[in-house]
Amino acid sequence: MSTPERAHSDESAASTEAVTPAPESFSPIDADAAAQALQTALAAIAGAGDLDELKAVRIAQTGDRSPLSLANREIGKLAPADKATAGKVLGPVRAAIGKALAARQVVLEDERDARVLVEESVDVTLPVDRRAPGARHPLESLQERIGDFFVSMGWEIAEGPEVEAEWFNFDALNFGPDHPARQMQDTFFVEGPVDLSDPDTAGVPAHLVLRTHTSPVQARTLLERDLPIYIACPGKVFRTDELDATHTPVFHQVEGLAVDRGLTMAHLLGTLDHFAKAMFGPDAKTRLRPSFFPFTEPSAEMDLWFPQKKGGAGWIEWGGCGMVNPNVLLAAGIDPDVYSGFAFGMGIERTLMLRHGIADMHDMVEGDVRFSQHFGMGI
Amino acid sequence: MPYIALSWLGEHVELPAGLTAEQLAADLVRVGLEEEGVHGAAVTGPLVVGQVVSLVKEEQKNGKVINWCQVDVGAHNTLDEVGQPTVPRGIICGAHNFVPGDRVVAALPGAVLPGPFPIASRKTYGHISDGMICSARELGLGEDHDGIIVLDRLGYTADNGYDTTPGTDAIALLGLGEEVLEINVTPDRGYCFSMRGVAREFSHSTGAVFTDPGLAQGPLPSPTPDGFEVVVDDVAPIHAQVGCDRFVTRIVRGVDAAAPSPAWMQRRLTQAGMRPISLAVDVTNYVMLDLGQPLHAYDLATLVAPIVVRRAQPGERLTTLDGADRALNGEDLLITDSVGDVGARVLGLAGVMGGAETEVSGSTTDLLIEAAHFDQVTIARTARRHKLPSEAAKRFERGVDPMLPAVAAQRVVDLLVEHGGGTADPAVSDLSDLPERQAIPFVLSEPERLVGVAYTADQVVDVLRQIGCEVSLIEGSGLQARVAVLVPTWRPDLTGSAELVEEVARLVGYDTIPSILPVAPAGRGLTAGQRGRRSVARALAEAGFVETLSYPFIGSGQLDDLGIAADDARRVALRVLNPMSAEKNLMRTNLLVTLLDTARRNVARGTSDLALFEMGLVTRPVLGAPVAPLLPGARRPSDDELARLQAGVPAQPRRVAGLLAGQRDLPGWWGAGRAADWTDAVAAVRLVADRLGVDVVLSGDSDHAPWHPGRCAKVTLADGTLVGHAGELHPKVIERSGLPARAVAFEVDLDVLLAAAPTEPLQGSPVSTFPLAKEDLALVVDASVAAQDVFDAVRAGAGDLLEELRLFDVFSGEQVGEGKKSLAFSLRLRASDRTLTAEDTAAVREAAVAEAHARCGAELRG
Repeated sequence: MSTPERAHSDESAASTEAVTPAPESFSPIDADAAAQALQTALAAIAGAGDLDELKAVRIAQTGDRSPLSLANREIGKLAPADKATAGKVLGPVRAAIGKALAARQVVLEDERDARVLVEESVDVTLPVDRRAPGARHPLESLQERIGDFFVSMGWEIAEGPEVEAEWFNFDALNFGPDHPARQMQDTFFVEGPVDLSDPDTAGVPAHLVLRTHTSPVQARTLLERDLPIYIACPGKVFRTDELDATHTPVFHQVEGLAVDRGLTMAHLLGTLDHFAKAMFGPDAKTRLRPSFFPFTEPSAEMDLWFPQKKGGAGWIEWGGCGMVNPNVLLAAGIDPDVYSGFAFGMGIERTLMLRHGIADMHDMVEGDVRFSQHFGMGI
Repeated sequence: MPYIALSWLGEHVELPAGLTAEQLAADLVRVGLEEEGVHGAAVTGPLVVGQVVSLVKEEQKNGKVINWCQVDVGAHNTLDEVGQPTVPRGIICGAHNFVPGDRVVAALPGAVLPGPFPIASRKTYGHISDGMICSARELGLGEDHDGIIVLDRLGYTADNGYDTTPGTDAIALLGLGEEVLEINVTPDRGYCFSMRGVAREFSHSTGAVFTDPGLAQGPLPSPTPDGFEVVVDDVAPIHAQVGCDRFVTRIVRGVDAAAPSPAWMQRRLTQAGMRPISLAVDVTNYVMLDLGQPLHAYDLATLVAPIVVRRAQPGERLTTLDGADRALNGEDLLITDSVGDVGARVLGLAGVMGGAETEVSGSTTDLLIEAAHFDQVTIARTARRHKLPSEAAKRFERGVDPMLPAVAAQRVVDLLVEHGGGTADPAVSDLSDLPERQAIPFVLSEPERLVGVAYTADQVVDVLRQIGCEVSLIEGSGLQARVAVLVPTWRPDLTGSAELVEEVARLVGYDTIPSILPVAPAGRGLTAGQRGRRSVARALAEAGFVETLSYPFIGSGQLDDLGIAADDARRVALRVLNPMSAEKNLMRTNLLVTLLDTARRNVARGTSDLALFEMGLVTRPVLGAPVAPLLPGARRPSDDELARLQAGVPAQPRRVAGLLAGQRDLPGWWGAGRAADWTDAVAAVRLVADRLGVDVVLSGDSDHAPWHPGRCAKVTLADGTLVGHAGELHPKVIERSGLPARAVAFEVDLDVLLAAAPTEPLQGSPVSTFPLAKEDLALVVDASVAAQDVFDAVRAGAGDLLEELRLFDVFSGEQVGEGKKSLAFSLRLRASDRTLTAEDTAAVREAAVAEAHARCGAELRG
């Protein structure tokens, strides 16, 4: 360890070096000598340039063979009257030296710490990414966020299978056997299990489809749960659309369903407005336009007032909705004269695209890690 | 979808002055007719009436004769010496169907015709041609390209009220400048596939005065005994609906087959997206577009009575108007006549498309007009079966007003008489078997109950009457009044009170509905399963895995690539009947198969250090499983039916799978990186299980594709239930999949884990403050002994004093002997009630060694 520059004279350095071999005694009742010893000790303490030197000074000035200790040892030999005097002479000196030593110790420790910590400094701007961060897929994050929104209103999240019985996907929702949506152009039809190890196994009719919407969860929920019902069902759905910038055969929807006494379209609109604000900010709102869906009556298209719309705020289509068709309630054994309900559904992909300015569906479905990584852990 | 020209619409409903297509769209969308697009003016620039002043035929070298014409275009003429437009323009024309004096349509330089085809002054055949004399096709008015338009012949004469002075704007004259609104009609509003219906809706939206052209304007002729005989013989009605319940025929004789349909009609047909063909066809199409009633014209001379409407018989075929020869189905409803035998000759597919044989031809003079009403389902099925979404089928499958046939047939007769010089034959037949209309009982407070707007009783009744309902009181008064609502014949979609509520809501306006947030009863929050899945996904992402999604469609070749054996249950897959791609027609039976695809795509795009995961459903059908029953809607299935429905839906467990390749820990200035290996896959599975609070047991599995037989862990619950697998992928799988060497993967069943997750609150364990005692222990076992077994034995032997056990070293070599390995454990011991003594710790140590020896033959390493 290098010796730092000293503020003290060579004399004081010499005096500290001299302490070891030359202990000097003085009379414990000699106040002048005691004062002199104090001055010497204080000078030596002040002159200690590092902790090692201070340690030597401590031994020299307070150790067994220090003048002070030697003087102290003499007290026992004094007459009783002088013992008191000696106490008054030596006590303050001992205290002053101890205090000076402690103070100097703090100063020197601080100096040492400052020096060592500087020497230990690093470049904190170096990269520290020892492991690449993971990420959630934003469609999943958005579904969780949507789920949280509905749960915050006291709703619950319901789920159902993706390969679904035709009855749940269509008939229960008032899509009769001849409804155009049941034809091949929209719906993936599925036949019974095929044993691939046996090429002769022919598939059997299974009356199954890949659900074309999350609405079969409505039907299941109405059959299974007690009234009143307030549920949202986010999930994967399937339609036979070729993948392009705005279509994908596998996509996600969120369905909302509320069935209770006294529910009206006003409650539907209120829920949608609240949801729109949760997704798109306080300036968002919705409006309804007359439309048609087999499972709702009255039915409406829902437009979103989208403040961030490219080229200026405006209305854009967000989903479909309406009052639950009485036939849907009847299919679940619910009396439509007593209960009423509303339902709505919108695309999660579309919501994500609007909310986050995503132009092309390909990025969402191809599984490129860079797409998920951009969004990180949440949205 | 329907095209709406404002000038046509205006014939049935009063349009405000200056109405634009854009405003019309806004008015219609309020009542539920959505805008599909506005089709702008087809022709721009100077298009004017010209009068041919002179015409000189000039033969060209190639033998072709062209006309060098001087055309008077009024104010657009070339300027004379004193600056007046008196000099006719010189225009070259190749057509020969006109003579000097004829008024024609001249496109002058600067005009742009459909194509777009810009017109400029150009040198041709030795002249400067200063414009073009136009044919109908060049103006987008039809297919006629045999000659140019001669205005007089199309009825554009002063006598008919048209201004055809040379120089007059022909865009306005021909209606070419008109914007046309294309609308989208929802399946319940079939009547809006007509000007009649759209005009009514415009009236509903704006209050404009509407005159219904679908109601007879005067007395219609009654059926006569000599009317053409029609028989409906439906032996196979669908859903008990007879295929045809109305069939009106009218006869027009002496129609000039060569007469063109009037220009205004051709223009309207073109605007509506139809091609003008011939007078008879154009008139039937025009009336269909106007009123919504599909019609058919037959060459009367070729028909043999009676016409029989019947279902097709096995083996019957028909060549339809489009030239296609079709095998008919027993559900197809046919129009036949009686050549040879009654109903023996097929004339056409009822309500869908006529046959080629009895098509109206150029020599037809006497026409039989068919105006009928067919069953929606019958027509829909036939149109789809034969892939014939004809204009007629589109209307019938959505529902046509059964009261229209007589009115529409009269319109056709009138137009043929007027424009084809025909005579209306008094013979009329009208077969009518319409079911009696059923009134809908309706309580006037119902709209308020469902919509939340306080409509008055008057408002409700007014709206119902406005849409054409007859409303009569059954009992009560005010909003509590119960009424009987007889819906109009053009609204077959109005079948119950909810539909009537929608009518009230949309006519009063959806914009009057207030926005009220309903208060749901307190909910239970997310389910344990939902929370658990979120927790797993977040944990994996935080451990460096990137979540991806994939389509669940696979091909059997992908299972081959994974090395999945023939008898593996993962080969029992559901098949999609109409897949996006024939190679991927199966539903995935495991997640890894699609995750490998995702990984490969990322590698191909240059990402070689991968940590991916996907969470999703797989389908695990069972051979011979019960089939889901087909059941009707609008009634609750019985418990038995519901059970069969549930049983028919195959198991779809939710899985999570992950894949790692390349560097798990990256190299950097801090030193080397670390390649992903089997431990990362196992660690991921342990992480997943840990997040769900489930204890899993791992054991080696030497026979589970697609994993490496020596580096695959089978993951089970304590009771042996399979959870999944983790480890390094088989080198052959890696090679076939194009993944980096030593890629590792895991797949576990979340449903199994979630079912095993603790449901009761975890109970606390007191924290001992007594001192810790540490012991290390090295045990030598046979190399084949699983570390987990030794670990379990040590833990069991150490007993309650063991606070934590870690296996911190594995060693094999000469010192421990051939075929042996040494496992070093560190034990942290602590008692809850005292400070452990040396005797205590020695006892634990001995007990642990003894148990390991007993279970695994372990010896304490010397």
